[in-house]
Amino acid sequence: MTDTTPTRSASAAPEEARPSVRLRAQGLTLAYGDRAVVHELDLDVPDRTVTVIIGPNGCGKSTLLRAFGRLMKPAAGSVLLDGQPVHRIPTRKVAERVGLLPQSPMAPEGLSVADLVARGRHPHQTWYRRWSSDDEAAVAEALRATGMVELAGRTLDELSGGQRQRAWIAMALAQQTELLLLDEPTNHLDLAHQVEVLDLVRDLHLTMGRTVVMVLHDLSLAARYADRLVAMRQGRVVAQGTPSQVLTEELVEEVFGLRARVRVDEETGAPLVIPLSRHTGLVEGPRDDRM
Amino acid sequence: MTEALPAPPTKRGRTRQVAPERASRRGVWTVVLVSALVLAVMLSIALGAEPLSPGEIWHGLWHASGSEGDVIVRSLRLPRTVTAVVAGLALGAAGALMQGHTRNPIADPVVLGISAGAGMGVVASIFLVGVTGLYGYVWFGFLGAALAGAGVYAVGALTRGGATPVTLALAGASAHALFTALTAGMVLFDRQALETYRFWTVGSVSGQPLELTVRALPFIVVGLVVAALNTPGLNALSLGEDVARSLGVRVGLNRALGMTAVTLLTGTAVAVCGPIGFVGLVGTHIARYLSGPDYRWITAQAALIGAVLMVAADTLGRLVARPGELQVGIVLALIGAPVFIQLVRRRGAVRI
Repeated sequence: MTDTTPTRSASAAPEEARPSVRLRAQGLTLAYGDRAVVHELDLDVPDRTVTVIIGPNGCGKSTLLRAFGRLMKPAAGSVLLDGQPVHRIPTRKVAERVGLLPQSPMAPEGLSVADLVARGRHPHQTWYRRWSSDDEAAVAEALRATGMVELAGRTLDELSGGQRQRAWIAMALAQQTELLLLDEPTNHLDLAHQVEVLDLVRDLHLTMGRTVVMVLHDLSLAARYADRLVAMRQGRVVAQGTPSQVLTEELVEEVFGLRARVRVDEETGAPLVIPLSRHTGLVEGPRDDRM
Repeated sequence: MTEALPAPPTKRGRTRQVAPERASRRGVWTVVLVSALVLAVMLSIALGAEPLSPGEIWHGLWHASGSEGDVIVRSLRLPRTVTAVVAGLALGAAGALMQGHTRNPIADPVVLGISAGAGMGVVASIFLVGVTGLYGYVWFGFLGAALAGAGVYAVGALTRGGATPVTLALAGASAHALFTALTAGMVLFDRQALETYRFWTVGSVSGQPLELTVRALPFIVVGLVVAALNTPGLNALSLGEDVARSLGVRVGLNRALGMTAVTLLTGTAVAVCGPIGFVGLVGTHIARYLSGPDYRWITAQAALIGAVLMVAADTLGRLVARPGELQVGIVLALIGAPVFIQLVRRRGAVRI
């Protein structure tokens, strides 16, 4: 980490040198063929925050994340990375600033954790300069930060779901980008592993000053780990702000079409969403009687 | 995504970027493969209808004075051995790239339609242009292969979503069907074309003068260099296109580069030797067993294995049917197929 240019070295960058808004969607419309998925959307991602996007299936949240990561060309509007239209920046330059982890990334059989993490160094390598001590240090640091040092020699197939997800995050970390885009990093994980992965994301933000945008499905976990919460529905932002501002019973009803109670979690102070199902009322009745 | 394997006790806490035992294994296997190639080349020059002593070979190679042994070395064994090495390197490396870009464990020149394209080029040069000499139709064969390679890539790239493993494989299968049909049509009408095609299609390294291989060499060298440059990107692509892109890989350019290398390598090799399948396929799978899923190593080792296989098969073909011989394509299929089936049965198929 000898590089001192502010855009490349996350921890060494002086505070004032970094723009306050890292990513901005401006009148952004995203479409697959003729089918628009995101409509004229405006959204700012402030520096050094964890922004979590929530919304029902098919609301365009993953698509938005892909556009932030330059994986998708806007049909209209633009995505600005530090004030520059991201599609005018060469792929490799974007890769030095933004890392993205798709929903269920796939790896070839027999790939070891260390090899996977080493592949995160791709944007920093050229055909004449392959592997440097910077690369070595970045990989070691990524393995350490994710607690994967002990497992570095294992193949991905041998790991549990949570370990595997940590390995992928380590790969994205080795890329040493200030921005990380994570699409449902807790997908297919049990609750303990979900918390483990989200704690790790929180650490990256707190100790390394990374700016994180992630898509999550679990509303209570989203509220707990987000600095800013963005609720999307049908390709539009319905609400954004702090978790307590955004996550209200009315909003859950409006965005997800789900009746729910929102309580304050005594442990964290974050809003806690308790969904009401068709059966909830029936169960509640007799229970109250017994008590 | 099965869950919650209990973490077994760890033996080591290393932070090396490559598991050290695998890194040294890769090195060891590379040395083994290079030694095997040297051995195979020596045997190929020594063995045949007329076995030669090491002394005779040495004499023939460095101090040729026109003795019978010298002639055998210089004009028979050396040319076919060089051709086998060059074609083997090309087919092996190309097989690795093809499997990588199509993510298809059965990809080889046949699947991508490149052999069929070369075949059609050979037949068309005789049928349409009236080319007779070996030098003539080899270039047409290369042209046909290039046409097939470029066509397959273009069809894949112009499809919505770009050149993905699936579009490449489907376009390749279609190209194969089309070129085979055209070839069959022309062969039916032209006895001369049929005769040439009949021998070309078996796959052989004998009979070509050394000069032809030497002329083909620049294409192969360029192809190997492009292939080497393509492998880091291919490693990123094996994590999926989205991950590759966010790692800074220009996916379209990378696929185009890969197809260029594949076309140069297989086009040249197939034009000179005929459609030899199987070398790239087997070489790549063995390399993957030896060294894991890193395309830099897979490609280099598949090239070496390809060369060993070609030289060994050609030598064996000379020994089993003395004083006649079996063509290298036939030997490879006869021995390679059962061995390969056994290998896959024991090791299981690999997800790539």
